[in-house]
Amino acid sequence: MTDAVLELRNIGKRYGNVQALRGINITVRQGEVTCVLGDNGAGKSTLIKIVSGLHDYTEGSMSLSGIVRRFGSPRIAQALGIATVYQDLALASLMSVWRNFFLANEIRKGPFLDIPTMKRVCREELTKMGIVIPDLDRPVGSLSGGQRQVIAIARAIYFGARVIILDEPTAALGVKQSGVVLKYIAKARDAGLGVIFITHNPHHAYLVGNHFVILKLGHVVLDAHRDELTLEQLTAEMAGGDELTELSHELRGAQPGKVVTPHIVEHGGIPAPEGTPVGEG
Amino acid sequence: MVTPTDDRVETRSAAAKFLGRPEVGALIGASAVALLFFSVAPAFRHVANIGTILYGSSTIGIMAVAVALLMIGGEFDLSAGVAVTSSGLAAAHTAWYLGLNVWSGVAFALVFSLAIGAFNGWLLHRTGLPSFLVTLGSFFVLQGVNLAMTRIIAGGVSSNSLNDMDGFDSAKAVFASSFSVGPVTIEIPVLYWVILTAIGSVLLLRTRYGNWIFASGGDPAAARAIGVPVIVTKIALFMGVGFCAWLIGMHNLFKYNNVQSGQGVGNEFIYIIAAVIGGCLLTGGYGSVVGASVGTLIFGMTQLGISYAGWDPDWFKTFLGIMLIAATLVNLYVKKKADAR
Repeated sequence: MTDAVLELRNIGKRYGNVQALRGINITVRQGEVTCVLGDNGAGKSTLIKIVSGLHDYTEGSMSLSGIVRRFGSPRIAQALGIATVYQDLALASLMSVWRNFFLANEIRKGPFLDIPTMKRVCREELTKMGIVIPDLDRPVGSLSGGQRQVIAIARAIYFGARVIILDEPTAALGVKQSGVVLKYIAKARDAGLGVIFITHNPHHAYLVGNHFVILKLGHVVLDAHRDELTLEQLTAEMAGGDELTELSHELRGAQPGKVVTPHIVEHGGIPAPEGTPVGEG
Repeated sequence: MVTPTDDRVETRSAAAKFLGRPEVGALIGASAVALLFFSVAPAFRHVANIGTILYGSSTIGIMAVAVALLMIGGEFDLSAGVAVTSSGLAAAHTAWYLGLNVWSGVAFALVFSLAIGAFNGWLLHRTGLPSFLVTLGSFFVLQGVNLAMTRIIAGGVSSNSLNDMDGFDSAKAVFASSFSVGPVTIEIPVLYWVILTAIGSVLLLRTRYGNWIFASGGDPAAARAIGVPVIVTKIALFMGVGFCAWLIGMHNLFKYNNVQSGQGVGNEFIYIIAAVIGGCLLTGGYGSVVGASVGTLIFGMTQLGISYAGWDPDWFKTFLGIMLIAATLVNLYVKKKADAR
């Protein structure tokens, strides 16, 4: 087993009187995909924000390659080798493809931007990811969701040395594009990166994950290796396990097979006063 | 596996690329205005008047460069107009009251103007309020300070004349001299305006900092998440406005030997108009420095063209308002056309 590259011990995060995360223990190893699953509001976003340096944690400790760290800003987290692909992609939609690709990591020749090199690298990296955009000067806002996702991932892989965090990368994508993204998750793993794959889709997680963590209401409720878990178990855990059984019991009274036939509304007993105009409809 | 090139996306033609540039609307507008006054105003055709038109434009244009960069960075500065007057007064009062060489007043004014810019940026960051509100506050604060301090120190509404003090002549040579190019007299702010436009444009399009300006204005949250120092970028932009206010403030001071304490109010909107005509989006993230300077040229040509044509100059502001709306619509139309190709 390889050494942990990123280790969270008893991490907690408090926003005023809201305890968003409590006692989180997660270990991310190089060359492994760690899937973090959870329903809406489970604390996934807070967890990413802590690891990527957008928020500080209030309890516990986070260590990167054995050294306890507090990231003051995303820039520091990036400098230490943590790259994040956000759900909203963190691309500036009015800026061109190549400017977005190199944003905050610009290649320079003296004080000036080395635009030909940046365009060439951008084109090469995107081609490796399987998309070809003929005009790199095009604003990112004019591209499709899948293309934007791939740009964000290509950028993170190109600059992310050690750990790459993917926040629901398949959430807004169709089946085929999701497949492409999953393939690049595997590719990032093969390149020796520690991958954190945040999702609420257990099927996508099980296709690439080595290690699964389920969050619920700010707690870790499951932390298991692939060997200890089947897809069915993962899905059931993800869906809430016992809660789902309870819910299906409650829903039994709702008669899921029932179809309501159209019917006529009966007339009332009191007619309108005479002279009242009758509606056209 | 490599997905073949998406054949729905075609390479844009050179013409479409040109039309897609933010300053195109302003260029079209400037040509139209030039043509209009060229045909109706005989004085407009005199080569010597080029110097006058350029000078009128430059005192606005220097500020428009900084304001355009700030707007691309997603912020406004409503205090920019009075900041020019504040800077001039700071230099005049300091030098006169302390009886120093005027250059120490000039140096103090520079520090003062940069500090106002930094303060605006810092307050914006600390309070999280929109820059419209923050700089509206500093606008009124500065306006009051200008009037009150001038009353206290000079006992009136204008600063005391500096023209017999040490260093006045050299300062005048730097900030308010002129030179001739053939029949055309070029006032020195015109030179500064051209230099600043070039520097601003290179900064925006060819440096890392320019990339950060676009990103900070276009999507500050995304920019910060990817590692752009958004706060530092914005504070620097406000300080850039401060620097340009100082440059124009010094020009006004040494051109007229003193500064009227009530000046500058309302100019902030003219800077914004020039930037918007030049293609800057009010929401930030898009625009051009060259465009802002061309926008200023439209302003300068119109201001003088109206009087050269013998029209009632009272209509000037009306014309400016129409230009603003028209330019914005042209920009939108051109951008849509270029994107659709």
